[in-house]
Amino acid sequence: MNIVLNGTSYQTDSDDLYGLIIEKKLDPSTVVIEYNGRIIRKEFWKDHRISENDTIEILNFVGGG
Amino acid sequence: MNDILKIGGREFKNKLFTGTGKFRSRELIPKMLESSGSEMITVALRRVDFDAGNENILEYIPKNIVLLPNTSGARNCDEAVRIARIAREAGMGDFIKIEIITETKYLMPDNEETIKATRILAAEGFIVLPYIMPDLTYSYKLVDAGAAAVMPLGSAIGSNRGLKMKEIIEMIIENIDVPVVVDAGIGRPSQAAEAMELGADAVLVNTAISIADDPVSMGKAFSMAVQAGRLAYLARMGEESETANASSPMTGFLR
Repeated sequence: MNIVLNGTSYQTDSDDLYGLIIEKKLDPSTVVIEYNGRIIRKEFWKDHRISENDTIEILNFVGGG
Repeated sequence: MNDILKIGGREFKNKLFTGTGKFRSRELIPKMLESSGSEMITVALRRVDFDAGNENILEYIPKNIVLLPNTSGARNCDEAVRIARIAREAGMGDFIKIEIITETKYLMPDNEETIKATRILAAEGFIVLPYIMPDLTYSYKLVDAGAAAVMPLGSAIGSNRGLKMKEIIEMIIENIDVPVVVDAGIGRPSQAAEAMELGADAVLVNTAISIADDPVSMGKAFSMAVQAGRLAYLARMGEESETANASSPMTGFLR
């Protein structure tokens, strides 16, 4: 299904947020997900279904001053 | 000496705040924190770069260090508030450095938007440290909006030009009741000492430490300068005068 991931169109095979993180080969403990403008806590990722045209931001903390 | 800085219920013995930006190797960050004794460090929030993979900056920061996420990248109040909420939800705690910038040449902060964001976030229980263009009237308004400290810039971010805004910063220090943290532009330990001599409660130094050939030693150098400046401020310096005042007795021997 097609979603908007970090600002660009993306085709995912995953059904839920946790699957999407694994699909992108990310370490779940290091990222934050904003799903359609709402922050979703890690403990809910496995139960949180993804739907067509969802807007998902995957964020992490980086160096900054 | 029992000289503790309190911000948002946290106590800081060390008055050098540091940042995680621009280190050539992240392994240098914990070493710099150890050598400097800095107790608070900034981090930023960004979209994961899927090509580069995600490397977690937080792994390099010991647990006893207070994290100060910034809202860098925000161009208005709404974006800053959004970043702050994400950071807190991600387990970063309540401290937030508001940094709202639209001007791109000198990266000057937008004080008006910063006041709006401060009011919203302070009401939500955040410990708000706004990065501002030095201005006394805005500083009063920020305190009124609930800022836990104010962070006037010394000069442009990363410019290493020191306390170009010195006179306004002095006004803020003399008149504002919350801690004043000089943030941005401090390029040398002597400039950090100068800020502390003026009576700043702390300084935030990132670039000058991280881009040094030896960031670990530079962190220590800044920490020593901050301590020296603070001690000089507390010890109360003598006044300047136009003419000399002899340090040694001038009479009683040769004539």
